[in-house]
Amino acid sequence: MKKNKWNKLLAIREDIPKKWYLLGILFTFIFLFIIWNALSFMKLVDEVFLPTPVEVVISFILSMVDSAYWGEIGISVYRVFMGFLLACLVGIPLGILAGTFKFAESLIIPVSEFIRYMPAAAFIPLIMVWVGIGEPAKILVIFIGCFFQLVLIVADDTNRISKDLLSASYTLGANRFQVITRVIIPAMLPKLMATMRLIMGWAWTYLVVAELVAADSGLGYSIMKAQRFLDTESIFVGIIVIGLLGLIIDRCFAMANKKLFPWAEGGN
Amino acid sequence: MGVALKSEIIQVRKEQPEIDIRGLSKVYQTKNNRFEALKDVSLHVNNEEFVSILGPSGCGKSTILRILAGLEEASSGNVRVAGHEVTGPSAERGMVFQSYTLFPWLTVRENIEFGLKLKGLKAKERKEISDKYLELVGLERFANSYGKELSGGMKQRVAIARSMANSPDVLLMDEPFGALDAQTKQSMQHLLLDIWKKEKTTIVFITHDIDESLFLSQRIYVMDARPGRISEEIDADLGLFKDGELVDVDRFMKMKKHIISLLKH
Ligand SMILES: Nc1ncnc2c1ncn2[C@@H]1O[C@H](COP(=O)(O)OP(=O)(O)OP(=O)(O)O)[C@@H](O)[C@H]1O
Ligand SMILES: [Mg+2]
Repeated sequence: MKKNKWNKLLAIREDIPKKWYLLGILFTFIFLFIIWNALSFMKLVDEVFLPTPVEVVISFILSMVDSAYWGEIGISVYRVFMGFLLACLVGIPLGILAGTFKFAESLIIPVSEFIRYMPAAAFIPLIMVWVGIGEPAKILVIFIGCFFQLVLIVADDTNRISKDLLSASYTLGANRFQVITRVIIPAMLPKLMATMRLIMGWAWTYLVVAELVAADSGLGYSIMKAQRFLDTESIFVGIIVIGLLGLIIDRCFAMANKKLFPWAEGGN
Repeated sequence: MGVALKSEIIQVRKEQPEIDIRGLSKVYQTKNNRFEALKDVSLHVNNEEFVSILGPSGCGKSTILRILAGLEEASSGNVRVAGHEVTGPSAERGMVFQSYTLFPWLTVRENIEFGLKLKGLKAKERKEISDKYLELVGLERFANSYGKELSGGMKQRVAIARSMANSPDVLLMDEPFGALDAQTKQSMQHLLLDIWKKEKTTIVFITHDIDESLFLSQRIYVMDARPGRISEEIDADLGLFKDGELVDVDRFMKMKKHIISLLKH
């Protein structure tokens, strides 16, 4: 009986009862939390390196009631969205083109493949030379970090649409333009949303990179500043806030995907 | 004189087959060799006729159909449908594929209306036509469902309705029931025959199921591979079946054996 239960819980890729799944989630969080408590309260690690949860919570609350901190959050969110939207605005049409026409693919994909391996962070000095250290600089870093990946993934998403689906639309009287607008684009929308969700995660990473290196505002900058004063709690708060923002945006994407595309196979 | 001419034209029209393929060849050029997928294929399908193309895997059945649909170009030869040279895909030649090709973001009704919308029909006209074809394939209750809620057989019924709604000259079917279980397959075959009789469509049906081809079609072209060509034309309109039941078992078995021997060597 008992053996049977474990057998079921450890079956490869089979579903397990929801209760057990939630238990698993809870377990890791509590486990990490206990370790953190143990290490910090028992002073196994110097408090400069690892503050106690209590200190972090206090610091978190202090930040949340500080309107200046909300200003930092605001400016970071602004940068992320600008860089992300810009990348989407240019990258998605190019990706769709590259996934639709072989000639467009030859123009777009090899170059993107090449540039993708150049780390966006390494562009920062160059960007500072080009556009200084104002807002455009940070947005450009995020743009470069996201754009090339986005183009490649969107092209691949487009390419994956079954050729029979396209053939079927031709035999129903669609011309090339209609095949693109009425078949290719609607067919790939759910995948596109999933891709945008993924890219959004990278946008946050590049934001922090940009703000750590060249900024005097934003969440990345506040982390940087805290480090200078060995204010480890604030570093923790900064990281947690960025994590929470990312989580909220990610959940919004997931929910939108479910709402907008009820027809899509296989959930969110 | 004028009257005589008119009747002559009608005569010519009647004699001209709906589908007329002459000396069709298709060569695929791959990196280091050329593959002759079709060699000198000639066949015809009369108006309102149901013709099957039967043959082993890889003999070029799909290639013929794709060329007929205008989805692929012939290397040489002549392909005419309804008197016109085929130069590209068109709504006049509907096609049903073996894979499910429903547009998953459209409901069953919207799928059926897809071609009508492209033609610019008004919502009311579209609804009238889609109502008719929903009923014809027995999916009235699923008009507002999405593809993911349908079984394989239902998906193929939508695909048939979607092509028929365009009222094409010919309906090209590439192993449409190949992925279905035996029972669903059988009911789909009956349904297709019903539709064909009601709508009087010209149908080209590809299969590698001998029973299926004998049950459905009036004529069968048997193909051979490497290079793909037609090995025999068989008249199957001999009253083997009556009201969907096999009545002439002897003859059926004899024909089946003959076709098996054709496919074997
Ligand atoms: N684009 C292509 N390039 C090269 N060879 C091809 C191409 N398309 C088809 N072929 C070859 O042509 C031959 C005929 O293909 P086709 O799909 O028409 O066969 P089929 O009779 O429909 O087979 P099946 O019953 O498996 O569907 C096959 O051997 C296939 O490998
Ligand atoms: Mg085939």
